[in-house]
Amino acid sequence: MNKIGLSERRFTTISGVEVEPFYEAAPPGELPAPGEFPYTRGIHRDMYRGKLWTMRQFSGFATPEETNRRYHYLLEQGQTGLSVAFDLPTLMGYDADDPMAEGEVGKCGAGVSSLEDMEILLRGIPLDKISISMTINSPAAVLWAMYLAVAEQQGVPWPKVSGTLQNDILKEYIAQKEFIYPPRPSMRLVTDTIEFGAKHTPRFNPISISGYHIREAGSTAAQELAFTLRDGVEYVEWALARGLAIDEFAPRLSFFFNAHNDFFEEIAKYRAARKIWALLMRDRFGAKAERSMKLRFHAQTAGCSLTWQQPQNNIVRTTLQAMAAVLGGAQSLHTNSLDEAYALPGEHAVTIALRTQQVIAYESGVTAEPDPLGGSYFLEHLTCAIEEAAWDYIRRIDQMGGMITAIENGFPQSEIANASYRYQREVETGDRIIVGVNAFQSLDEEPIEILQIDQAAHERQVNKLAALRRRRDGAEVARSLDRLRRAAQGTENTMPYILDTVRAYATLGEICNALRDVFGSYQESSAI
Amino acid sequence: MLKPIRVLVAKPGLDGHDRGAKVIARALRDAGMEVIYTGLRQTPEMIVNAALQEDVQVIGLSILSGAHNAIVPRVMELLREKDMTDVLVVLGGIVPDQDAAELKAQGVAAVFQPGASLDGIVEFIRSSVAQKVEADL
Repeated sequence: MNKIGLSERRFTTISGVEVEPFYEAAPPGELPAPGEFPYTRGIHRDMYRGKLWTMRQFSGFATPEETNRRYHYLLEQGQTGLSVAFDLPTLMGYDADDPMAEGEVGKCGAGVSSLEDMEILLRGIPLDKISISMTINSPAAVLWAMYLAVAEQQGVPWPKVSGTLQNDILKEYIAQKEFIYPPRPSMRLVTDTIEFGAKHTPRFNPISISGYHIREAGSTAAQELAFTLRDGVEYVEWALARGLAIDEFAPRLSFFFNAHNDFFEEIAKYRAARKIWALLMRDRFGAKAERSMKLRFHAQTAGCSLTWQQPQNNIVRTTLQAMAAVLGGAQSLHTNSLDEAYALPGEHAVTIALRTQQVIAYESGVTAEPDPLGGSYFLEHLTCAIEEAAWDYIRRIDQMGGMITAIENGFPQSEIANASYRYQREVETGDRIIVGVNAFQSLDEEPIEILQIDQAAHERQVNKLAALRRRRDGAEVARSLDRLRRAAQGTENTMPYILDTVRAYATLGEICNALRDVFGSYQESSAI
Repeated sequence: MLKPIRVLVAKPGLDGHDRGAKVIARALRDAGMEVIYTGLRQTPEMIVNAALQEDVQVIGLSILSGAHNAIVPRVMELLREKDMTDVLVVLGGIVPDQDAAELKAQGVAAVFQPGASLDGIVEFIRSSVAQKVEADL
């Protein structure tokens, strides 16, 4: 103990930011009101008084039929938006009957191999009323085309559909690694969707620039923030180079952040995110429209924080994380289920997760005030610290020549790997306590019930696909794929051509292979 | 001095979540082992061929997608076909207890579930390889 009675132990946030014993005053500088530039305190003056966040549980498993039933269940339980989880073959652009899909169909999400599957997935869901988020990246343009084709079938005009396409390929190279094509042709596809969206779907977010997966891969909060915002800069630069005006597309750029364990650090991260983005948009890109400068984000609680041991504790972790997202001003939120360290969530577990959001929204009182912790000395200092660390990374990546070069040099990847190894070592030595894992263990644990995906899901998908291949007009499929190949070789926007292939019931695998023929595939280095 | 243990860390299947594989690869290297990381999306055939060419004593598989029941038995089968049953196979990832028991019955030496400690994994590999070496003498 030193003379003022404080322990001499260093305290750091979970990301390693050193925390002072106490803060005597707020950091210097102004703090404009909520709803005012640079929106540190939130993008709306009335925040959740005006509109609660969208409760949007990411969901998908087995077949489109089973997933569609889960969607109807979630909507009956008071969920206010849908979020589609696709299985790994779909994420990688393979059909259910591809040999590469062996063992993976329906395991991590719903398998969607054709427009027929998308029709089943969205059966009975009015696309002009329910907003839909789709977690799909490398083949995003194809799945989006399927969604737009279903809207046509429902008679819903495209200007009325709302939702979000994840479509953030840069973070795939950085963190989640579900990539198909090399970075530059992938960026062209993303730019095609942003351009197409700016013209045809004014209520749809064509991209959700994501830090979530960067954090799950083991980054610090500052790395999550910096790499995500710098990815955003890259997308903006490509769209501008395409000839779009900044205020034409920037209002529809959306973001997606993790909600991790360190409560104050997470809230600081969201506040810093809004501030940095507003400054980038105004000063670097000359945006004039306020909507271009307002960073809107979805948050998901941290899957990597969930423990296999004592899984009921995960309800508590998720509650704290969700609270941080709400206090940080999220526009939409997914809360993880207690069983997700084991498998995709069962219905009981997902209901508790949704109820967690409802308790926060309707019982805790935190919705009465925007940025309720604004002005806290600790929070304001943390916001400054994380903002500074993020600007530093953004400048370094600028100096490297942008995010694609940084990715090709392995820079963000190695920064994340270093941080994740450092964290795991801290857990190993007990410097970081994880309740139930490296402290407070229980000897006898009751096993929990987990969702099983049976092999029959795979067979059903394969049989359905075989029937579709027999039924459709094969010549029209081939013609549409040829036209897409030619468009991909040129510089035209590929979206109209992808829509034609989808309407002809070309499969996801066929469409992605046509693009593979033109763009090639990407292999990353296997450096440790 | 004993030669360092050679380990192939492999990431089979379509999943790209390589945080665990990379952390383990580093931990084994820091513990003095020679580690070869295959990179992503390796088929069982590619993994067994790499193990043969690199002459490793240990294969560490990282699978988080639930595809372990399709992938791991195929790796074990190929090792038997190529007369490589002396290679120690360990598996890490999201593997439920009953699947873990089934895979061990097929010859997997250990299944490390979420929360497993790095030092525990290092120790297991060291002692298992030492036992195999002794048995061969």
